[in-house]
Amino acid sequence: MRDVAIASFAQTKYVRNQVELTEVDMIIPVIGDAISRSGIPKSEIGFYCHGSSDYMAGQSFAFVGAVDALGAFPPIAESHVEMDGAWALYEAWVKIQCGEVDSALVFGFGRASMGKLRETMNLQLDPYTLGPLGIDSISLAALQARALIDAGKTSERQMAEIAIRNRRVAKDNPNAQVTGDFEVEKLLAEPTIVSPLRKHDCPPISDGISAVVLAAGNHIGRGESKPVFIRGIDHRLDSHQLGGRDLTRSPSTKLAGERAGVHDGPVEFAELHAPFSHQEVILREALGLGDEVVINPSGGALAANPMMTAGLTRIGEAATHIAAGKAGRGVAHATSGPCLQQNLICVLEGE
Amino acid sequence: MADELLSAPHVLEYDYRRSLGEVLSRFFTGLRDRKILGVKTNAGRVLVPPSEYDPESGDATSDDWVEVGPGGVVKSWAWVNEPLGRHLLDHPFAFALIQLDGADTALTHAVDAGSEASMRTGMRVTARFADDTIGAIGDIVAFVPEEGS
Repeated sequence: MRDVAIASFAQTKYVRNQVELTEVDMIIPVIGDAISRSGIPKSEIGFYCHGSSDYMAGQSFAFVGAVDALGAFPPIAESHVEMDGAWALYEAWVKIQCGEVDSALVFGFGRASMGKLRETMNLQLDPYTLGPLGIDSISLAALQARALIDAGKTSERQMAEIAIRNRRVAKDNPNAQVTGDFEVEKLLAEPTIVSPLRKHDCPPISDGISAVVLAAGNHIGRGESKPVFIRGIDHRLDSHQLGGRDLTRSPSTKLAGERAGVHDGPVEFAELHAPFSHQEVILREALGLGDEVVINPSGGALAANPMMTAGLTRIGEAATHIAAGKAGRGVAHATSGPCLQQNLICVLEGE
Repeated sequence: MADELLSAPHVLEYDYRRSLGEVLSRFFTGLRDRKILGVKTNAGRVLVPPSEYDPESGDATSDDWVEVGPGGVVKSWAWVNEPLGRHLLDHPFAFALIQLDGADTALTHAVDAGSEASMRTGMRVTARFADDTIGAIGDIVAFVPEEGS
């Protein structure tokens, strides 16, 4: 395996409704920032890959518009995944492993505010047995939360405490959207949106962009911050039929974690892409993370959940945490699909 | 020559039909006939809704079909206080995972139970079919609590 490092990370501040800028306007400064801080001249970036969803924009081939932000002349090598930017990073990592390129710019973006997100997320479902039910993202997560509560693996109180911890920690994250100190009794007194989920159990609707530059070979170490190495990366998925799997467990996360070598060294912290509070419980169990592991130094997806890049942001935040010398080794996770259907695990380590 | 214009009709529409495939066609044809069908895996598990493969092994499922339900047990549920426009019901209801009698997996659908207080995990429900069935998941309007349960 080639050593591949995260050379730089850049992101926007996440907001509920970005109305002043187009996607291209939003992308240009963020990727410019990422490239500049990577120390790799733009002319030497070997590959570009991004994650976004045309369903967010409500327009087919909307993702092609993002290429306008790249400056694709002279011609560049470029690809796109209709997934979170974390999977774009995986594609770029594979391309680097194949020896085709030595650097890549990866980014993800989403403006979930443009539509009705709960209903837009229905369009990712099996269009025969699930889609026509109109089942939305919060109802799907609520089915999973109830199953977890019934199994005795969490409680509405513990879920509230998870939301409180993430949003308290996020006060130190200048890019987070929902931050502050909340009291568990007050939160539990709130009505449910889709029982058993209350507003605090659900992620905010966020507009934003994040970008990572990957470096290999002679490009490693050119950046402003210390390189952070990808020691393992793997992604797996479970059945799309909710009733065909045990929603209280995440076998795909467990397998991806094993294949990425999560426990080949000490896990000091983890950035988990758990958009709904109860999902943090499932992911911790699947990855075998004990109480000594710090979860979400950034505040996680409950503090900001930019659709199509919240997973890439977990990887970027984890790398930033290590590059700053706050930890030596950690795990980043990204999810996609209903009820944690698909999961990506990335193990990161400093020099 | 200059006044000889070529023309051709152009109709902008999606004038095609999409096949459901062998397995889902059978399932939805069953629903049209007010029957809920499941397919057996090679290991003997009954999948409802059916699929062309066993999600546990990746093997193709068998040609052995069985009728299940219309009653079943709620395995998990989520109470929707304020239905959205695309939901099947326009008044408060539950989404639920329902393991139909004779099935080993659960079907996702709606339960029209009146109030959240009427819902509990493990309750028995039964399918309420539409007056006019067309071969779609909406042929079951909703599940309702089984009488006497």
